[in-house]
Amino acid sequence: MTREMTGAKMVVQALKDQGVDTVFGYPGGAVLPIYDEVFQQNDIRHILVRHEQGAVHAAEGYARSTGKPGVVLVTSGPGATNAVTGITDALMDSIPIVVLTGQVPTFMIGSDAFQEADTVGITRACTKHNWLVKDTDRLSATIHEAFHVAVNGRPGPVLIDIPKDVQFATGTYTPPKPSASHYQPRVKGDLDSITELVEAMETAKKPVFYTGGGVINSGPAASQLLRELIEATGFPITSTLMGLGAYPASGANWLGMLGMHGLYEANLAMHDCDLMINIGARFDDRITGRSDAFSPNSIKAHVDIDPSSINKVIKTDIPIVGDVAHVLEDILKVWKSRGRKTDAANVKAWHKQIDEWRKVNCLAYRPATSSIKPQHALERLEALTKDRKDRFICTEVGQHQMWAAQYMGFDEPNHWMTSGGLGTMGYGFPSSVGVQIAHPDALVINVAGEASWLMNMQEMGTAVQYRLPVKQFILNNERLGMVRQWQELLHGERYSHSWSEALPDFVKLAEAFGAKGILCDNPADLDDAIAEMLAYDGPVIFDCVVEKHENCFPMIPSGKPHNEMLLGEAETQGVIDSKGSVLV
Amino acid sequence: MSPLHIQKGSTSHSAYNLRPSFSDIEERHTLAVLVDNEAGVLARVIGLFSGRGYNIESLTVAEVDHTGHLSRITIVTTGTPQVIAQIKAQLGRIVSVHDVHDLTTEGASVERELAMLKVAGEGERRVEALRIAEIFRANVVDSTLGSFVFEITGAPDKIDAFADLMRPLGLVEIARTGVAALLRGT
Ligand SMILES: Cc1cc2nc3c(=O)[nH]c(=O)nc-3n(C[C@H](O)[C@H](O)[C@H](O)COP(=O)(O)OP(=O)(O)OC[C@H]3O[C@@H](n4cnc5c(N)ncnc54)[C@H](O)[C@@H]3O)c2cc1C
Ligand SMILES: Cc1ncc(C[n+]2csc(CCOP(=O)(O)OP(=O)(O)O)c2C)c(N)n1
Repeated sequence: MTREMTGAKMVVQALKDQGVDTVFGYPGGAVLPIYDEVFQQNDIRHILVRHEQGAVHAAEGYARSTGKPGVVLVTSGPGATNAVTGITDALMDSIPIVVLTGQVPTFMIGSDAFQEADTVGITRACTKHNWLVKDTDRLSATIHEAFHVAVNGRPGPVLIDIPKDVQFATGTYTPPKPSASHYQPRVKGDLDSITELVEAMETAKKPVFYTGGGVINSGPAASQLLRELIEATGFPITSTLMGLGAYPASGANWLGMLGMHGLYEANLAMHDCDLMINIGARFDDRITGRSDAFSPNSIKAHVDIDPSSINKVIKTDIPIVGDVAHVLEDILKVWKSRGRKTDAANVKAWHKQIDEWRKVNCLAYRPATSSIKPQHALERLEALTKDRKDRFICTEVGQHQMWAAQYMGFDEPNHWMTSGGLGTMGYGFPSSVGVQIAHPDALVINVAGEASWLMNMQEMGTAVQYRLPVKQFILNNERLGMVRQWQELLHGERYSHSWSEALPDFVKLAEAFGAKGILCDNPADLDDAIAEMLAYDGPVIFDCVVEKHENCFPMIPSGKPHNEMLLGEAETQGVIDSKGSVLV
Repeated sequence: MSPLHIQKGSTSHSAYNLRPSFSDIEERHTLAVLVDNEAGVLARVIGLFSGRGYNIESLTVAEVDHTGHLSRITIVTTGTPQVIAQIKAQLGRIVSVHDVHDLTTEGASVERELAMLKVAGEGERRVEALRIAEIFRANVVDSTLGSFVFEITGAPDKIDAFADLMRPLGLVEIARTGVAALLRGT
């Protein structure tokens, strides 16, 4: 094979050599040479989205559900700027994405040329790293380096900006070389610190594992090792929103999600524990609440591949920098070699205490017969789909997202796609497109709020064009529900601009796109309607009309510690003081 | 020996002290950061400081390894021990950064800065300016009948002291390079 080729051909060759099978993109003037090459081959499938933000979220869904990096191809200027929200989302949630952007030719850069934007400048703060390639001879090596950076260490989005003359010019292609990069983050944890943690585990009376997205990032082996460690020690385990599925929701030691909308038992276990073992979570403010009142009496261990995550928010007693799977393997090894000790009697008493908290039944809600409660809708969706091993759930952002996390159970990693760190409304639908592309026969459901869903509804075109049977399960409360809830709790029930007016008829909307629409507003019809959605072989918009003023509980108000959590339809007026109200 | 000319392993866990005390006392630290000398690298470093609200007291940068295209950035910053630890960790995760060293904690270091000061004046004031310059070992690099340009090298506080003395004597302009620093010994 000749190594001399055009930059455009190099792009396609480099993607093939990186094992890429799918690219999400949208063409334009500055990437036409690359699109010409895409046209002339069959190894890489290009998925034409309807908006560049959708391309990035689709790539995120693809990446999160496969463990492989997602790839995006967009044009210069507006193509690149439209991608920025998606890129920022991937940065916050540590999702490996490689974005290729076209740029005006090198000799026109800086002249305010047509569709010129300073793409590397704009995306410097929202990528893990980015490159402007000015020389075709450097192009292939840069693409290989980009993949290396995206997936190694803490994963994240990277971007390569390719001027059009670099795409046309001829240069020498270099295939990927292992370890060509100086970027080699450390994956093995320090053995002394690991031993220190094992010692703490041997004597802990009230231990808890607090796991996060890092376990998913680390790969399936990490989840396996985590399960082994939990079963062997019998310690209780909770997870962040981003880590759901690493330990099965059906597992005996599962406490449910923790945090602002986490379960009572999970948050109280965090508050009262004497040993907290953080595996790949980053002490987000949705978790810690008031940080000076966070788990006041515990020894804290923190396993993270990114040294900057450690001691950023919460002081850590036993820091371990390394990859989750590598560190868990060593923890297990050391713990076994020291005789598999735990303080079983006290851990048993701790479980009993947790069972007491569980009796509070914090997810209980007042049932209704005249309208569909959103929690009930999700309980039914869960009941009717949980046996499907190939079920993937995506979400938009808002109350429905929290209810999905609370009322649905995940037994496997990589089956739950949600925007946690940035909280991007409009994430879920394109993300479900990406998941379905990667898993054509799977059941892919996007649990949505009507407001979020409208933000990227143009992707209906993509779903129909590629015959993707994605199920858009919209909990339609005709409100920006999460905003409305905060206004109720915080702003004297002054509901400033938090309702969805002039909503489309979702059934007609589906039909207009050539998809199926289902409307359900009666709890008695719900199961049949869900069955109809599941039976349909094609994209479905399910307009589930729900109770309009339902609040999402439990809730730890901003600025409050874990043990001051609000439950059910509690007295909610004035629960957030003026200090808390500046927090988001 | 790294291109920073700081022995590898001079701190066993690199620059990241992962067990800081969370005290509230602001400290001043001098950091040496070795980076790929590529387009945008300075923007990455400065963007980190502005984006995360850290202080920069002084920043100098120049290529120090022409074959490896590596630049050394010397940053003087202030913050609580926790913030300083975060700054080092955040710098360390920038892909173009090869090495981060905290010259304030890794052993004794020497810091130097170069400044040029233009002092205008006549008669007694002119003589006095020259006399003080001599004490500070500042050189005269330009002279007219009504002005001098002094060049002075030293630790930043020495330059501050010199500038303070020149102010009443007719200091009109000052240009400073920012700090360059090295660990002492081998
Ligand atoms: C409306 C709304 C409400 C929310 N409420 C909650 C809530 O109640 N509870 C909740 O939990 N979240 C909630 N979130 C999500 C929250 O904002 C954060 O996104 C989430 O808590 C962060 O999860 P994480 O700590 O697991 O970190 P992630 O963002 O997943 O980060 C992963 C961490 O693991 C590290 N890591 C990555 N790869 C590896 C590896 N291979 N080995 C080791 N470490 C690695 C990374 O460096 C990072 O520190 C909410 C979000 C929204 C939008
Ligand atoms: C792009 C974007 N804009 C604004 C917000 C702020 N926000 C968070 S939740 C929410 C309301 C979401 O409403 P909906 O999608 O209907 O979901 P619900 O909360 O009603 O379940 C808003 C506006 C956001 N997260 N993302």
